[in-house]
Amino acid sequence: MNAPATSFDAVTVTILPPVARFNLRIAPSDLAAASQAFGLSLPTKIGQGEQNADRGAYCIGPDEWLLHAAEADQQAIVAAFDEVRANTPHSLVVISDRELTIGITGPAAAELLSVACPLDLSRIPVGGAKRTVFDYAQVTLIRDGEDAFRLEVWRSYFPHVHGLLEVATRELALGL
Amino acid sequence: MLLIHCPYCDDTLPELEFAYAGEAHIARPEDPSKLSDEEWRDFLFIRTNVKGVHAERWRHINGCGRFFNALRDTVSDRFLTTYKAGEARPDTTDLEAAV
Ligand SMILES: [Zn+2]
Repeated sequence: MNAPATSFDAVTVTILPPVARFNLRIAPSDLAAASQAFGLSLPTKIGQGEQNADRGAYCIGPDEWLLHAAEADQQAIVAAFDEVRANTPHSLVVISDRELTIGITGPAAAELLSVACPLDLSRIPVGGAKRTVFDYAQVTLIRDGEDAFRLEVWRSYFPHVHGLLEVATRELALGL
Repeated sequence: MLLIHCPYCDDTLPELEFAYAGEAHIARPEDPSKLSDEEWRDFLFIRTNVKGVHAERWRHINGCGRFFNALRDTVSDRFLTTYKAGEARPDTTDLEAAV
């Protein structure tokens, strides 16, 4: 179930349900081992994403990936990477509870984000993701479609970021 | 707003994603205990403070997280080039002439 939504015709802001979320650091030359453990071929270029059903992988640094999976799969994924660790050094940190995800959808989604995100959003490809900044908070921005974004933000910044989105949504609705 | 090219992301991005991190190419002395107080002071505090092309460190803190180096003209604030940490300072004679 999706929780509280703020919406008017052009854009909807939703707090999305929790997911299993991981931060993976591994040498790019060992990426095949990580792809096998996760069951999804991890993208190689910063900003790219790869998705299959409820699994998602996003390259956010030269040796850093954000992984998403169904909440119920968390322990199995940790166990799969534990087996890989014997031969392939890496770090897999569970960050499921560190962040909350906000869904931003609708024709005015990019316009709403541009209120506090300095990126040229038109250059983020559909399916891609970037770590960037929203107002002063560090966020990860995932683009699911031309008009659909997910914004992941650390818990402590959530009230500020979500509050700002709500205010800006109301301003857009009023045509300000 | 300045746009800065991150050599790791291979993308030109807004300054707000980056943090300045001081002069580049300052190697920590191999054996600090062999240095005089004056030499240690110089290593810690004395910088070139150049008027013109300055080699400096930046970090793509709200992005890929990496430190890299940049050559920036301190007079015009123009970035001549950026390059990965560990690489030698590139020759920018051509770029400087074009300013
Ligand atoms: Zn970068």
